[in-house]
Formats: sequence, C-alpha cells, structure tokens
Amino acid sequence: MFLWFHRLGSARYFFDFARRLTPWLGSLAAVTVITGLYLGLFVAPPDYQQGDGYRIMFVHVPSAWMSMFIYVFMAVNAAVGLIWRIKIAHLLSTAAAIVGASFTFITLATGSIWGKPMWGAWWAWDARLTSELILLFLYLGFIALQSAIQDRSKAQQAGAILLLAGVVNIPIIHYSVLWWHTLHQTASITKFGMPSIHSSMLAPLLFMWVGFMFFFFYLLMLRSRALILEYERSSRWVQEAGAVK
Amino acid sequence: MLEAQNITGSRSEQLLFRDLNFQALPREIIYVRGPNGAGKTTLLRMLCGLVRPDSGTIFWDGVPIADCESEYHRALAYIGHDNGIKGDMTALENLQFFHRIYCAHSRPSPTQALERLDTSNLAHIPCRYLSAGQKRRVAMARLLILNARLWLLDEPFSGLDESARHIVSDLVAEHLGSDGLCIATSHQPLDYEQFGAKEINLGMAS
Amino acid sequence: MNSPFMALLRRDLLLAFRNPGDLATPVIFFIVTVTLFSFAAGGDLEMLSTIGPGVVWSAALLSAMLSLDGIFRDDYEDGTLEQMLLAPSALTVLVFAKLLAHWLSTGLPLIAVSPVLGILMNLDSDVILILVVTIALSTPVFSLVGAFGAALVVTQRKAGILLSLLTLPLCIPVLIFSVLAVAATASQQPVGGHLSLLCAFLVFSLTVAPFAVAGSLRLMAGD
Repeated sequence: MFLWFHRLGSARYFFDFARRLTPWLGSLAAVTVITGLYLGLFVAPPDYQQGDGYRIMFVHVPSAWMSMFIYVFMAVNAAVGLIWRIKIAHLLSTAAAIVGASFTFITLATGSIWGKPMWGAWWAWDARLTSELILLFLYLGFIALQSAIQDRSKAQQAGAILLLAGVVNIPIIHYSVLWWHTLHQTASITKFGMPSIHSSMLAPLLFMWVGFMFFFFYLLMLRSRALILEYERSSRWVQEAGAVK
Repeated sequence: MLEAQNITGSRSEQLLFRDLNFQALPREIIYVRGPNGAGKTTLLRMLCGLVRPDSGTIFWDGVPIADCESEYHRALAYIGHDNGIKGDMTALENLQFFHRIYCAHSRPSPTQALERLDTSNLAHIPCRYLSAGQKRRVAMARLLILNARLWLLDEPFSGLDESARHIVSDLVAEHLGSDGLCIATSHQPLDYEQFGAKEINLGMAS
Repeated sequence: MNSPFMALLRRDLLLAFRNPGDLATPVIFFIVTVTLFSFAAGGDLEMLSTIGPGVVWSAALLSAMLSLDGIFRDDYEDGTLEQMLLAPSALTVLVFAKLLAHWLSTGLPLIAVSPVLGILMNLDSDVILILVVTIALSTPVFSLVGAFGAALVVTQRKAGILLSLLTLPLCIPVLIFSVLAVAATASQQPVGGHLSLLCAFLVFSLTVAPFAVAGSLRLMAGD
C-alpha cells in the first residue's frame, strides 16, 4: 500500500495512472449525471409548495456539497504535501482549485435563481449562501496567491498554508454567519437542516451528487495531467512522449 | 566542523548543483567559485539553513543543522547580498540591535566594532545617508559582535575600497587564527599561507 | 530589557516614529473613509446612526489591513528579515514583538480616534463605548491574521489587494460579532456573550497566528 502511494507520488507514474483513469471517470460521470437529471426532471413529482421550481435543487445541493468537499480535499492534499513533501499532493490541490471555485459559483448562481421565486429577490443574505460566498472568496484568494508567486514550489507551499488556515476557519465562519443571520434577519425564509425528503427526490439528488463526484475527479485528472506536462516539460520522458506522438 | 553530504540545489526548478560533498574544518577557508547564476548565493543560503537542499544533508559538528537550529544559529554569522541594515537607524543603532537580538555578549561592543572597521565617524549618521561601501563596512562590523565560529560571507568585498578590503581580510585571518571557519564567495582570492584553503567550483556539474 | 523581544519591539517602534507619515496614514485613511460614507449617505442623521457602527467597523478593518501590507516586506528587502531568521531566539518570539509593535503604532491610534468617528456618525454614548471596546478587542486579531497574509505575500512588491483578498474573509467572524455586540447595545440587550466570543477569537489567534506567521516567513523569505 505504502509502496503504491510512493510510486503514485512520482509525476510520471501518476501521469500514466491518470491517463488510464480519465475515460472511466468521464463515462461514469456522464452516465450518473444523465440518470440523475432524468430522474430529477421527469420522474420526481413536483413539490406541493414550489411546483417545478424546486428542481434546481438537483444541481444546487450537489454543487454545494462538492464546493465544500473540494476545499477539504485540497486542504488534505495541502497537509500531505507539506508534511511528507509530496509534490503530487500540491499539484492536486492546485488542479482542484478552479474546479472547486466553479462549483461554488454554480451553487451561488443556482441558489440566487432559486431564491428569486422563494424570497422574491435574487439575494437575501441567506446564511448558507453567504457562507458559500465567503468560500468563493477563499478559493479566489488561493488561486490569486498561487498565480502571484513566481517560484512554483513556493507558490504551492504558500497556497497549502493558506488552505490549512482556511479549513480551520471555515467552521468558525459558517457558524458566525449562521448566528449573525438568525439574530439579524429573522424575516427571510430559511429551512435549517434538510427537510424530510421523499425517496423519489432523494434518488436523483444522490445520483447527481455521485455524478458530480465522478465529474470532479475526471476534471481533476485532466487538469493534473496538463499541469504535470507543464511542470515536467524539460524532463526526458515528456519530451520523448511528445516526439512519439 | 561543517559537513555537506550529497546536497543538491536548484532555483526555480533549474538544477544548480548536484551531490555536492565537502567539509569545512577549523582554521580553513573555503572559496565558492563559479560564474554568475551558478548558485553561489543559493549554496551559501543553504548552508545557513535559509534554503532547504532538494536532497542531502548539512551537518554541524555531526548533527544535521535542522536538528540543532538554535545552537547552529548561535555559531553562525552570515553576511548576504543585502546588508541587513535599516536606513532609518544610525550605524550604531543597527549594530546594537543585532547585539541584542543575537544575545551576543562578546568582547567587542558595537562601538568598538565600528572603530575596528574605521567607521566610528559614521556611528551617529542614519545609514540611509551612507555610501554603498560604508554600509558594507557597517554590515561587516556585525561579524565582530556576533562572536560566531562559522562565517558565511557572500561577496564580502563588493563595494569595499582598498583599505576596507585590508581590514576585512585581516578580520578573516584573525577569525581563522582563533579556530574559526569561513566560507566565502569571492572573485578576489585571499591568500593566507598559514591557513588551509579549499575551492568549490560550481557551474561545471550540469 | 536586553532580550531579543524587547530589542525588536524597540527597534520597530523607533522606526515607526522616525516615519511619522507611515504612522499617520492608517488613521487618516480611517477618518477619510468614514467621512466619505456620511457624504454618500446624504448626511441623514437617522440613517447614519443605523449604519454608523458598520461603517466605522469596515473602515477600521480596511485601514488595519492596508497598514499591514509592508510589515515584513521592508525587512525582507533590506535583508534584516533573513538576519532575524538566523537569530538564535525563536522566530515566533520575534514575530510576536513585531506584531506588538505594529499594533501599538497603528492599532492604538485607530482605537483612539474611533470615539470621535462615533460622534460624527451620530451614535449614542453607550453604543460608542461598546464600539471602542470591540475595536480594541479586534484590532489585535486583525494584526495577527493580517500578518499571516503579509507573510505569505512578503516577496510580492505590490500586494495590498491580494493581502486583503487573503485575509478579509478570515476576519469576517470578528466583524460579525463586533457588529452584533454594537447592535445589541443599541437595542438595550446584553453584550457579554458577543464580547466573550471576541475575546475567544483574540486568544485563539494569539496562540495560533505567531506560529503560522513564522512558518510562512521561513518558507517565503528563505528563498
């Protein structure tokens, strides 16, 4: 097991590993997302309060889960990269950042669209959306920091430290926002916790979530392969691979 | 004794030197030579512990420097490219600051150190108004107050005039004479017949 | 009195007082921003007293962040930072001294002028009192969090905006509870809970931040 991780830590091996994995992840993502969309848009019954409008949830909720999952994923990679000095781990968090930021943005956009019929406004400073917005700032900060620092290994390590600081702060920020919201703006409508949900709605939600998960790893593999080629462009194996094709 | 085992260094992913091995003994001076960009400064900063080698280990008295950091820093004086001098403080204030921050209770006081470098007249002038050479002299005065066994000097003579060069090479000779070690990057060789000298040539490896 | 901590504290305060311009900038920025807001709000006293605490607060946060940008960069550029990294004393202690000096030279003036700005914003005296207390509790947190960001961008020449992007999100909890405490006072509710949370944030950042700052400095400045 350890040996496997060790081999995976080498850029060249990881590149081959990612290349073999990519088509599988891609097709699994396509199958599950299409199934999820079909179940969500055609099979699940309309909501007794919101009609068909609630169906945006099948994109919104899984994206929100992904946005948090990816940040934690990046932070775990950051810790692994800092402690065991594994370059691939840093590379993975760099590769994941833009995907995570996109999921966060999708969450915000769909939440805002969903909010328009629910609250009558595009934005109501709802606690969860506000936390999500701050999460977007954290992603953007990470991306901006990494692109500002010239030296790559330094950029990766600085980003890793920032991620660790961010992941410690996320729960604090989340609960502060939650509290601020309940104390400040009792007027707007929020549902705390998941309302009890019928299985015909839960199934598409889970399918979408699993599909997004596959999709994320699919993109991660694509992005990390591109990054490996860029970083290792002067090494012999990359140049030989380029000459062959 | 300072020992480097198989150290490899790079800057911005570019390999500078690979598997470098050397030992620095008391009463010995090591010159680091090589063209610009060969990694002389990187090597020196690596020996300080400011930069971690890509691979390999540096030992101080047989202990890896990462494991005896505070002790090693006490034994070390590094004069880098930048003088480490605050322009808004006088020469004397700058030295007094280092005197305190290194907890150095050595024989020459900051005032005496300035005298030794023939810069007593500058003691109360803010360093901002000093010339490059005068600033370098003030930086060199730090060597005296730190009471360190190992001197790491990055281009010690840059900006110094003839008389200052003599003073500094005398300082190095005294330091070596009292069982000190010195590693310097310099284009001008110092010839001390009574002390051992080695050379590390960079820029040939890759 | 000759400890490294005191030496660095004294040096940084000395440097701050030899550059009175740098010393005054955050305070002037603070005052100008708050004044700008009251113009933007049209001088409506009623509205000013509602948004006043939030305005004073955001302005204080921004001025603290702007002043933090160069806290390590000057030392990085003239080479004193690398000498500090090589000092035998623990880097965290030195970092702590620098932060204390920074807070004394920029945080304290901000606290001192905040009651005046409270008056300009048409706030009641008990609200002003709590406003000053929250700013006093939070400016050290800003210094600590901001120093962490400043350490990460120490090699960047112009990093003011980047620094804000990195650190402002981390300061949101402090902002939230300070504004809540002020709002609670305005509506005659107890503020003890909010203030103790602010103290908790302060203690937390006091414990963690010096290590994070020292680690980041070692990484970024040890090029």
